[in-house]
Amino acid sequence: MAIAADVLAKHGLNAADLEQIAAILGREPTLVELGIFSVMWSEHCSYKSSKIHLGKLPTAAPWVVQGPGENAGVIDIGEGKVCVFKMESHNHPSFIEPYQGAATGVGGILRDVFTMGARPVALLNALRFGEPAHPKTRHLVEGVVAGIGGYGNCVGVPTVGGECTFHRAYNGNILVNAMAVGIAEADKVFYAKARGIGNPVLYVGAKTGRDGIHGATMASAEFSEAKEAERPTVQVGDPFTEKLLIEACLELMASDVIVAIQDMGAAGLTSSSFEMASSGGAGIEMVLDAVPMRETGMTPYEIMLSESQERMLMVVEAGREAEAMAVFAKWELDCAVVGRVTDTGRMVLKWRDEVVADVPVAPVAGASPVLDRPYVKTPSPVPLPNADPQNMGSADRLLLEMMGLPDIASKRWIFEQYDHMVMADTVLLPGAGDAAVVRVHGSRRGLALTTDCTPRYCEADPYQGGMQAVAEAWRNLTAVGARPLAITNCLNFGNPERPRIMGQLVGCIEGMAAACKALDFPVVSGNVSLYNETDGRAILPTPNVGGVGLVADIDRLVGLRFATAGMALVLVGEGQGWLGGSLLWQQVLGRDDGAPPPVRLADERRNGDAVRGLIEAGLVEACHDLADGGLAVAVAEMCLASGIGAVVTVPSEAPAVIAWLFGEDQARYLLAVEPGSERDVLRRLAQGGVVARAIGRTGGDSLTLGAAPAISLDRLRQRAEGWLPSYMAGA
Amino acid sequence: MRAAVITFPGSNCDRDLAVAIETVLDWPVDRVWHGETALPGVDLVAIPGGFSYGDYLRSGAIASRSPIMAAVIRHARAGGYVLGICNGFQVLTEAGLLPGALIRNASLKFVCRHVAVRVENPATAFTAAFAPGDVLSLPVAHHDGNYVIDADGLARLEGERQVAFRYLDNPNGSTADIAGVLSADRRVLGMMPHPERAIEPALGSSDGRGVFGSLLAELS
Repeated sequence: MAIAADVLAKHGLNAADLEQIAAILGREPTLVELGIFSVMWSEHCSYKSSKIHLGKLPTAAPWVVQGPGENAGVIDIGEGKVCVFKMESHNHPSFIEPYQGAATGVGGILRDVFTMGARPVALLNALRFGEPAHPKTRHLVEGVVAGIGGYGNCVGVPTVGGECTFHRAYNGNILVNAMAVGIAEADKVFYAKARGIGNPVLYVGAKTGRDGIHGATMASAEFSEAKEAERPTVQVGDPFTEKLLIEACLELMASDVIVAIQDMGAAGLTSSSFEMASSGGAGIEMVLDAVPMRETGMTPYEIMLSESQERMLMVVEAGREAEAMAVFAKWELDCAVVGRVTDTGRMVLKWRDEVVADVPVAPVAGASPVLDRPYVKTPSPVPLPNADPQNMGSADRLLLEMMGLPDIASKRWIFEQYDHMVMADTVLLPGAGDAAVVRVHGSRRGLALTTDCTPRYCEADPYQGGMQAVAEAWRNLTAVGARPLAITNCLNFGNPERPRIMGQLVGCIEGMAAACKALDFPVVSGNVSLYNETDGRAILPTPNVGGVGLVADIDRLVGLRFATAGMALVLVGEGQGWLGGSLLWQQVLGRDDGAPPPVRLADERRNGDAVRGLIEAGLVEACHDLADGGLAVAVAEMCLASGIGAVVTVPSEAPAVIAWLFGEDQARYLLAVEPGSERDVLRRLAQGGVVARAIGRTGGDSLTLGAAPAISLDRLRQRAEGWLPSYMAGA
Repeated sequence: MRAAVITFPGSNCDRDLAVAIETVLDWPVDRVWHGETALPGVDLVAIPGGFSYGDYLRSGAIASRSPIMAAVIRHARAGGYVLGICNGFQVLTEAGLLPGALIRNASLKFVCRHVAVRVENPATAFTAAFAPGDVLSLPVAHHDGNYVIDADGLARLEGERQVAFRYLDNPNGSTADIAGVLSADRRVLGMMPHPERAIEPALGSSDGRGVFGSLLAELS
C-alpha cells in the first residue's frame, strides 16, 4: 500500500482498517476518502466499542415516537405535541478551551433538537470537574460556566438544571454533558432521511472554515499533557448565528419544503451527508466548490472534515429551492445548493470538475467496525457492617461539614449566570425542586427535567451504579409530581481498550437496562464518550442520565419548599443506615471501602408510584428525594428552601444514629404534609405496602437532629451558600 | 388599543413580551420585523430583551440603527408610548430616546435572579397601578445592565423624577441603583428587570403585571 503508516496513524486507522477500506472501494482510497473513513469509523461517530452493549437498553414504550438512531429521541406528551431531547458530551474540547468547548457543546445539542422540528425549550448540563485544589479546576469551572451561559443566554433558551460535582479522577478529564429539550407538533417532526431522486441538497448557516478538523478523531483517543497543544482543533461558537438558524429553520418547517434535514455536528459535512444518504437509502452527489467558505485556499479534505459550527444540511423538494432561499435570506444566513440526491447509493464529491471521492454509502455509514472488546467485571465490593463508626462527632457538626462539601454546597454561583427564565415558562426554578419544570407553552402541562448519576457508586459497583443513575432520575421526576417518561444518556468512560474500563461500561449499561425495564423508563437517545483518561488515569465511570417526565397540571407540582411551620415530616422508604459509598463515608471520613447502597427496583417502583399518587391527590406540600447525604442533608435543603426550621426525631430503635441520618439507602423520599393529613397519608402508604413513618415537624429558625444541638438556619445557609463563591473568588 | 413588538435578529423575549401584553392588556399585538420602515397604527411600541445582533458591538448599538428605529423615534417624538425591556432598554439609550448608557455588570458576570425593585415614580403611564414606594419582585437576566450617567444627567433625572424604578439589592452596579428610566415626557420607559416574566404566580411573581396594567388605566 502506498499510504504511509504515519498518515494512517494520524487518521486513527490501522493496516486492517486500510485493507477493509480497499476492499470496499476496490482500490486505494484518496486522501479525502481516507479522511472520510477516519471520522466515520472513529469511536465518536461509530460507537464501535459500545454498540453491541447499547443494544441491551430498552428503547420502546407506547409513548416513544422515535428511539435512538435519529438526531434526538421523540416522545408523545399528549395534546398533539411531542418532546424531542438528547444529551451529548463535549468533554475533550472543554478541557482544552473551556469557554468555547462548553459553548459549542450547547450549540451542538440544540441543533440536534431543532433539526427535528422542535423549538428548544430547555437546556441542562451535567458537569464533573477535578478536585477543587487542583490548579486547573477553578479556571475550568469559570470558563465552562461562562461558555454555557454565553451561548444559552444569547440563543434565548433557558438553562434550567443540571449537576456539578468534583473529584480528583476528573483532574485531567473534565466532563461537560449538555442536554437540550424541545417541543414540536406531533405531525411536524423532521427526520434525516434523504429522499427523492434529483432533490437538491442545501447547505445553510455559517461559512465553512478550517476549525475543528478531526475533532471527532481527537475525541476518540486518550489524552496526554502534550495534547493540550491541540487548541486549534476546538471550534468557536456563534450563538447569534445559531439563534437565526433556529428561527429560520422553524419558519421554513412550517411549510412542506423540507424533505430531510441534519445538522453538521462532529465530522461536519461528512457525517451529515453520509447519515442523510444512509438513512434514506440514497446516494448524494455534491459539488464542494459551492460550499460557502470562510477562507480561501481550502481543500476538499478540509471542507469535508471541518467542524465549523452553526451549519445545517437539508434536502428540499425539487423546484422549491427559492422558497427556502427566501427564508434564509430574510434571516441573513448563507444558503447554497451544494448537491443532489441520486439513486446510486454512492457519495460522489466533486471539486473543480474532478471526482475527489466516490464511496458507497452503506459500508461507510452502516458497516463500520463493531468490536466485542474483552472486559473484566468489576469485583463486587463487600458491604460494611451496619453500625456507626467510632468517634464520628455529633450529628450537628457532621451536617454543617456536609453542607459545605463541594458536591452538596449550593450551585447558585453557577445557575445565576444562566438565564433560566427566558421564554417565561419555567415554573420550577433551579434549586426549587428535585427537577426543573418547564410549562408546555400555552397549556397547563409541564415537562419535568433532571440529570443524574452518582459516579462513586458506579466506580464501586458499576451494575448497582448504573441502576441507581436511572432510579435517581426517575425519583427526581416523581418527587415534583411528574410521571417519568423516558431518558437520554451520556456514557462517559475511560479507555475501552482496557478490559477493566470495558467492564465498567458493560456493568453500567446492564444496570441501566435493568432499571429502565423495571421503571418503564426507556432510553430514546444518547451519546457515548470514551477515552476519558490522561496518561493512563481514567475518570470515574459516569453514565449521566437525562430524565423527562410529564406534569399533568402545573398547579399540582411540588418543590422543596414548605410554606408554614407545624407541618408533619414523613419519611417514605426503608432506611437501614447504609453508609457504604455515601458522601459521609467517602468525603468526610475519607474511606472508600464498602459497597454502595443496593437499588431494589420493586421498592423504587412501589414507593415512587405511591408518592406520586399522594402528590396528585393534593396531599403533599413539599417533597425531596433522599440522595447524597441521606435524610439529614435532605431535610436541611428543605429547611433552607423554606426559610423555616424543623425538628427531626430519631426513632428509638435505630441502632446507629449517624448512619440513620446520613445513610444513603435508595427508594426514599421526605414529604412535608399538613398535620391534618398526616394520618391519611400514612394510612394510604401503608395500604400500598410502603414503609413510612412520621419523623418530625417543621418550625422555628433552626434544625434539630435527634439529641444533637440545634443548628441555626443562618449557619446552615452560610455553609451551603458560602463554599462555591468563596472558592471561585480564590479563597 | 394596539401594541407593536419589534423583533430584531437576536431578540429572544419578543414572544414573552407579546404574550404579557395580550394576557394583561388584552390588546392585539403586531409583531414587527426590524427591517420594516413603518409602524402599524399602534399606541404602544415595545422593544424586547435578547441579544440583538449578538450584542457583538455595544449592546443594542446595531439594532438602534435598524430601519424600523426611525419609525420608533418618530412615534416617540409624536408622544407615543415606548417600553424597552433589557436589550430594549439598551436599544433605547443607543437610539438617544433615553439618557445614559448600560455597560457591563460590575461583577463582570451575567446575572439572572429575582430582585427587589422599588417604584420611584408612580405618576406615569407605566407605573400608575403602583403606590409610591411599592417594592416589586422582578427577574433580571443580563450581562450589561450597569446603568451609567454623568453627574449633570443624574441630577436632571432625579430632579425631573425620571427614575421609574430603583434596586433595593443592586445586582449590577448601576449608578444610584437605577433600574428603570423615563424620558422627559414620561412616555418612554426603559428598564432592565423583566416585568413580562412576572405576570402570574406560576412564574414566581405577578408583580410585573402593573407595568402593563398601568397603561390600561392611562389609555382606556
